[in-house]
Amino acid sequence: MREIIVIIMGAILVENFVLSKFLGICPFLGISKKLGNAVGMSGAVVFVMTAASAVTWLINDLLLLKYNLDYLQTVAFILVIASLVQFVEIILKKFVPPLYKALGIYLPLITTNCAVLGAVLLNMEREYTFGRAVLFGFGGGLGFTLALILFAGIREKLENCNVPHAFRGLPISLIAAALVSVAFFGFQGLF
Amino acid sequence: MIQDILLPALIIGGLGLLFGLGLSYASKKFAVKVDERVDLVRAVLPGANCGACGETGCDAFAQAIVEGNCSALGCPVGGADMVKRISEILGIEVESEEPKTARVMCKGSIDVSKHKFDYSGIRDCTAVSKLYGGPFACAYGCAGMGDCARACPFDAIVIEDGLARIIEYKCTSCGKCLDVCPKNIIRLVPRRSEVTVTCSSLDKGGAVRKNCKVGCIGCRKCSKACPADAISYKGTLAEIDTGKCINCGKCIKVCPTNAINCFSCNSREKV
Repeated sequence: MREIIVIIMGAILVENFVLSKFLGICPFLGISKKLGNAVGMSGAVVFVMTAASAVTWLINDLLLLKYNLDYLQTVAFILVIASLVQFVEIILKKFVPPLYKALGIYLPLITTNCAVLGAVLLNMEREYTFGRAVLFGFGGGLGFTLALILFAGIREKLENCNVPHAFRGLPISLIAAALVSVAFFGFQGLF
Repeated sequence: MIQDILLPALIIGGLGLLFGLGLSYASKKFAVKVDERVDLVRAVLPGANCGACGETGCDAFAQAIVEGNCSALGCPVGGADMVKRISEILGIEVESEEPKTARVMCKGSIDVSKHKFDYSGIRDCTAVSKLYGGPFACAYGCAGMGDCARACPFDAIVIEDGLARIIEYKCTSCGKCLDVCPKNIIRLVPRRSEVTVTCSSLDKGGAVRKNCKVGCIGCRKCSKACPADAISYKGTLAEIDTGKCINCGKCIKVCPTNAINCFSCNSREKV
């Protein structure tokens, strides 16, 4: 039980993919303008990350390790993630059209979201068991959610601020992101 | 040796094939039926996503047209050609509308209009107008701080000598400038009507003359000169009925203050 909490909380706070590993910055900046979209995007990432962790672990264990092909991990995993994202896209388009519309270009972007690939590669590097790998993927997705929602809140406040002209738009967002990231370093050494 | 090369290739290729087949099955199984006319209409729309139609963008507008919630006329940017093509796609008649352009009903640039005080505050028309109606002596004239130029999605407005000027070939009559102008001196008029009273002042003739060299003083010379009976008066301000005006330009010649001007006449013979 303790280990489950350590893995999940570790992935959310200590090893937050966006704020301490600097993975998945593109959707982090791209979709954090509105809280509603941020929630939708986070949901997609949580789902894809968890599912990708599970599928890649199985492929790694049953195919790649068996035939000593672990050097193919990156290629195989990219294949898995890309297919998964396409699949999620088809499902969303059919069953949740408003969310599909709101996510727009960002859903296909998960394909190249390095946070997802980072999560599954870390799973393999640390030689997690199946259960732990899925937990880590899930926790990583939650960490992404936390970062995105926190930042969406900050950005909605920034909209109403009198920002110096040169800093308007992306620059002030990057500065704010850096500050949030610094704050998250306070969690280092929690476990 | 051959196994070292063949096996990885087979495994990766096999995985790819498996996922590909799975995806193509899923895309058939969960296919969403979209009205193909939406895509056709969307292709005809300008695609500027200016929002002048009231929808969030051209995609939403195409959807609304096909569903019958909007008329193709709701898009002021596309013009008659677009309306015709959309009505062909939908198989319905949409009466075409005259192409329009926005015009600034003021000629009071810095050198011809009198100032009440020097203004050095925020460069914003609304802010200027809130301060005793602005530094210009005429309360109706262009504030010249460029709110309209900033609002224009097509870069069709320039500010010259403290006066907004509309570049008509760029104007798509989306009407965004009308909404932001605090003085309400920008109007949409048919492109065809070239002769326009470029003054909005409702002051009496004497006051107009004191404040501005090119204001309409309500002398009624133009209405007497007009052969088409197209000029009426709102108080002391002449107004041209664009439906009746024949662009003869006689009013321009008789106007003592040059408050009537011809637009897009430069390309043709000067009247």
